[in-house]
Amino acid sequence: MSLKAEHLTHIYQAGTAMESCALRDVSFEIEDGLFVGLIGHTGSGKSTLIQHLNGLLRPSSGTVYLDGEDIFSEGCDMRKVRARIGLVFQYPEYQLFEQDVLTDVKFGPKNMGLSDEEAEKKAIEALKVVGLAEEYYKRSPFELSGGQKRRVAIAGVLSMEPKVLILDEPTAGLDPKGRDEILGSIDRLHRERGLTIILVSHSMEDVAEYADKLLVMDGSELRYFDTPKAVFRHFKELEHMGLAAPQITYLASDLRKAGFQVDQDMSTVEEARKEIRKLFRGNDEG
Amino acid sequence: MLRDITIGQYYPAPSVLHRLDPRTKLAGTMLYLLSLFMTDSVVGYAIATVFLVSSIKLSKVPFRFIVKGLKAIIILLVLSVSFNLFLTPGEPLFEFGFIRITIEGIKTAGFMAIRLIYLVIGSSLMTLTTTPNALTDGLEKSLGFMKRFGVPVHEIAMMMSIALRFIPILVEETDKIMKAQTARGADFESGGLVKKAKAMVPLLVPLFLSAFRRAADLAMAMEARCYHGGEGRTRMRPLRYGCLDKKAYIILIIYFTAMALTNLLPW
Repeated sequence: MSLKAEHLTHIYQAGTAMESCALRDVSFEIEDGLFVGLIGHTGSGKSTLIQHLNGLLRPSSGTVYLDGEDIFSEGCDMRKVRARIGLVFQYPEYQLFEQDVLTDVKFGPKNMGLSDEEAEKKAIEALKVVGLAEEYYKRSPFELSGGQKRRVAIAGVLSMEPKVLILDEPTAGLDPKGRDEILGSIDRLHRERGLTIILVSHSMEDVAEYADKLLVMDGSELRYFDTPKAVFRHFKELEHMGLAAPQITYLASDLRKAGFQVDQDMSTVEEARKEIRKLFRGNDEG
Repeated sequence: MLRDITIGQYYPAPSVLHRLDPRTKLAGTMLYLLSLFMTDSVVGYAIATVFLVSSIKLSKVPFRFIVKGLKAIIILLVLSVSFNLFLTPGEPLFEFGFIRITIEGIKTAGFMAIRLIYLVIGSSLMTLTTTPNALTDGLEKSLGFMKRFGVPVHEIAMMMSIALRFIPILVEETDKIMKAQTARGADFESGGLVKKAKAMVPLLVPLFLSAFRRAADLAMAMEARCYHGGEGRTRMRPLRYGCLDKKAYIILIIYFTAMALTNLLPW
């Protein structure tokens, strides 16, 4: 199973004075089970791109293939596509509407035509994945805290059991604890269930830690599609795009300038710890 | 999808009409609308046509945008034209069973149609060339005299500009929520009336909540900046009539007089 974008181009309000190109000839292929980080400056086309991947927006030209099937072709069942590619929008807690948490999470599976019991089973499972305790199931979603609401909203998408999960800045506006909990659940979904994840994020540290590959958008175009290490090697170019590399990458660069032989590709605290220890041990031996 | 809605949508262009003071445009539109109801002669409509067409040319707004506003009144247009066409008594031109079309009928129906179309085009030309904020500013200033009679002009204008400001925000919000629920398999298009109404619940509940939240936030922000109504408030860009406005008023007066005079013509 793979998700493939081919020459995606999207123009908003074509033919008016307000015309603007949000995507320009974007092509890539994401293999099954990959954790992909999507980074880019505000207005670089990230949100437009992910809305094409589950067919919410129609491209002006180009198309998207899911397992080789063109999702914008005539006979393609959009509902099935949307159930297989789950999309969690920014601030998803604002789409909650039901009287209690469980009913809200059931909304997706019921739309897919499942019976009430089956939907409930999937809803409970999804709520467990995001780590919401059972005592909350019958409460109104509007009584919960911000982080809890967000987890309910993510469960609302997870309950449809998608194979690909796209999240648009799922940690925006959360405290560090809420952030770690959500990223932890996403990582678990990826490792334990083999879900393909596309994570839109502004935190280079987060994508360096979790992502197998990075998609870098700049000015409506796809600039890089490579492993985090390879992408962060271009940290000078990233800065021009209003982005940056993780702080550890800068540390590596500074250490090398000062004459220490550390791996220039280190990007997480864990890698830096290993490299620096190696350095000390090397000195001890020598 | 929803982004294409045009409720008094502004079309930015570098034109003379855009630069006019909003009060001039308001007065101009009022006079123009009035003039349409004053005249009943071919010459009058000819003058109105010349006036309208040259205004459109001056505004630099593409014709497509101007005609867009007409879509909303198509039903009204068809109804009023057919009523006038079939029900006006007079000399029959064409008779078939109970259908009777008179010469007078054709004439009134035609005039009615032109009048309606011109009305809509004229007023949408104003909203296309004036930002909503400039419009409310203009209204507030022109209606300022009503304060003496206890009408809270400033408060009404403020409410209007906030409402106008919130239209695009709420449209965008609706679009967002609709997309989010569509991603969860919601269907807003198919099904009968009851099903469609039910499908609106996942859209309306979050939309109302967000509107209330935004309203509360805005009230808080206004209070934090010491807003206390219109008393003693100055403006960042006070409205001032320029040379262009004087010329526009002269043209308007000439146009209006000409339209008034057409009634004296024998045909």
